[in-house]
Amino acid sequence: MSRYVFRRLLQAIPTLLGVSVISFVLVYNSPGDPILTRTFDPSITQETREILRRQLGLDQHWSLQYIGWLTGIALRRGDVVDEFTRSEVKCSFVAGLNTTFCDNGGGILRGNLGTSIATNQAVWDRLVERMPATFELGVSALLVSLLLGVPLGVLSAVYQGSFFDNFVRVMAVIGNALPAFWFGLMLIFIFGVVLGWLPTGGRQTVSLTNEFDWVDRLRHLILPTIILAFGGIAGISRFMRTETLEVVRTDYIRTAKAKGIAASRVWFIHALRNALIPLMTILGPAILGVLTGAVITETIFSWPGMGRMTFSAAVQRDYPTVLGAVMFFALLTILGNLLSDILYGIGDPRVRLS
Amino acid sequence: MTVAQADSPALASLAAGAQFQRKPRTYWSMALQTLRRDVVTVVALGFLLIMAILSLLAPVVSGGIGVGPNDTNPENAFQQPYLGPYIQWRLGQDPITAADMLGKSGGVVHWLGTDQLGRDQFVRILYGGRISLGIAFAAAALTLIFGVSVGTIAGFFGGVVDDAIMWFINTLISIPGIYLLIIVTAIFKPNPVTLTLFLGLLGWFGTARLIRGNVFKVRELDFVLAAHSVGARTIRIMLQHVIPNALPIIIVNAAIDIGVLILVESALSFLGLGVQPPTATWGSMLKRANNFLFLRDPETGAYVALHLLIGPGLLITLTVLALYLIGDGLRDALDPMMKNIR
Repeated sequence: MSRYVFRRLLQAIPTLLGVSVISFVLVYNSPGDPILTRTFDPSITQETREILRRQLGLDQHWSLQYIGWLTGIALRRGDVVDEFTRSEVKCSFVAGLNTTFCDNGGGILRGNLGTSIATNQAVWDRLVERMPATFELGVSALLVSLLLGVPLGVLSAVYQGSFFDNFVRVMAVIGNALPAFWFGLMLIFIFGVVLGWLPTGGRQTVSLTNEFDWVDRLRHLILPTIILAFGGIAGISRFMRTETLEVVRTDYIRTAKAKGIAASRVWFIHALRNALIPLMTILGPAILGVLTGAVITETIFSWPGMGRMTFSAAVQRDYPTVLGAVMFFALLTILGNLLSDILYGIGDPRVRLS
Repeated sequence: MTVAQADSPALASLAAGAQFQRKPRTYWSMALQTLRRDVVTVVALGFLLIMAILSLLAPVVSGGIGVGPNDTNPENAFQQPYLGPYIQWRLGQDPITAADMLGKSGGVVHWLGTDQLGRDQFVRILYGGRISLGIAFAAAALTLIFGVSVGTIAGFFGGVVDDAIMWFINTLISIPGIYLLIIVTAIFKPNPVTLTLFLGLLGWFGTARLIRGNVFKVRELDFVLAAHSVGARTIRIMLQHVIPNALPIIIVNAAIDIGVLILVESALSFLGLGVQPPTATWGSMLKRANNFLFLRDPETGAYVALHLLIGPGLLITLTVLALYLIGDGLRDALDPMMKNIR
């Protein structure tokens, strides 16, 4: 088991490197000048801009910039130690290679995602700041979709062909086709604007004291959770229905029935437990789904999470933030997939992890 | 040996009679038969066809009504749908409202009302359908071309080729797709053509994996071995034997893919990253409507932008729903070869 985990983690390294190259090249080739967006002040001369460009290494070939972003080590031809040495940057000149190596202590390999162009904060700090909001929303959406999706799917298998079964299946198809942003707007309109029962957006009511109010937080959480969860409910109920129907055809269920065990016990003890195992494989895709849905949901509800931050960073061309967020999301996705494979192996010992 | 070739001449002549002649039942004709009996799928196909025709005829409809998709009339902003008052006028219940609305709009009939600039909502929805459906169908065609060719190559050759392709796909799949699209569209402000390209280029990974899995199965089958042994070239085996075998999967996948692409395109437009205004798409119309969600008529207190919110959203939902149902129906119709996709 530990060998399997170790190998999977090793395999993740080339994948993450690939993600870094692809996203870096994508962003690097973008039209528009990051220096211009950063120094909007018209009093700054062209000369200053050039110096800034040189200091940030933006005048270099993309591969050198990529290495700088990855390792935090910048390479410069010739002896330019004096020009580039600053309090946080250490430079040394290697005469044999006629190259100056500058180490700014950063680089994503050392866990430093760089500095945001828009806010001058460390990208990691920005992510950490937004993380609780996204996790709060994601976890509650995941919980709701499991708590509703699993029983709906199992019951629809129990009463296969009944009105209830057909209803759940139709709702699942509609749930898949419903655009989240439109459904969200409709709910905001009905519950937020017309009825005025729930807040139309945000994570909490803005107040001077800013104290933590349980009820207020929950009220803000309801609508975004519904929007983020309804796709999951549809998917999980469909999945559970198929799985349960498959388990019901097995021999051990027939045996259990033949022994005269009560139907409810057969369904919910024997069938459900085995049908739940494949649900483990959903965990990875579920994390991906929450991260994907987060962009739209957080944008509609002005939810201060990572999805909305990444979206606005992309619009503002804050490339370090975008790149850092993409790397972080890719890591989360890979870890989520690994975790669901491990859980599947634990749930079903017949699956050999190798 | 068929009956007609049987020993007895009497039997043979009987078998040649018209009442015993029927068309051969092929796989595709049987699938078509199943499909025709499937009411839900037929209705969904009909809806999609009507939407496609209406969108294609958008210029004709717009000419008939006498207003273009981008013709503004600020005097007449947020006019409510004419449809309701028109029916009441025909029924003789309310002779005033309809005439009043026509007077305000200068004689132009705004069946679904107007937006904040007084543009006709119905005509814009039709033009938006052109863009949304057009982009989704074209992008789906691209994902099919890339997905099928890359998936077939990976599955057929296996080994290093497969490893390299799968590494590439797994790498790109580990970035949540919507973020990739957001980055690309935020960086390169797209027009409909480039947006189609982006959606196509970033959307084929799932198809490729699906096809690859199928090709892995098919290439071990005897008829591929037979083709090899009679000296068929690799490219011929792929095109003649392997890809046709995946056709049912490809078709079902395409229907669902178009639906997903409509959702993605409208989400991007809703975020303001899709096709840029004033060109109407269903997503960008909703983005506009979002800005006026709270707007109320100062006199009556009614919400004036509701009709802008409902129309495009309902159409997206129904169109995507139709495509999913068609996908489901096709899956059932083409069943013998496939049980477990998606």
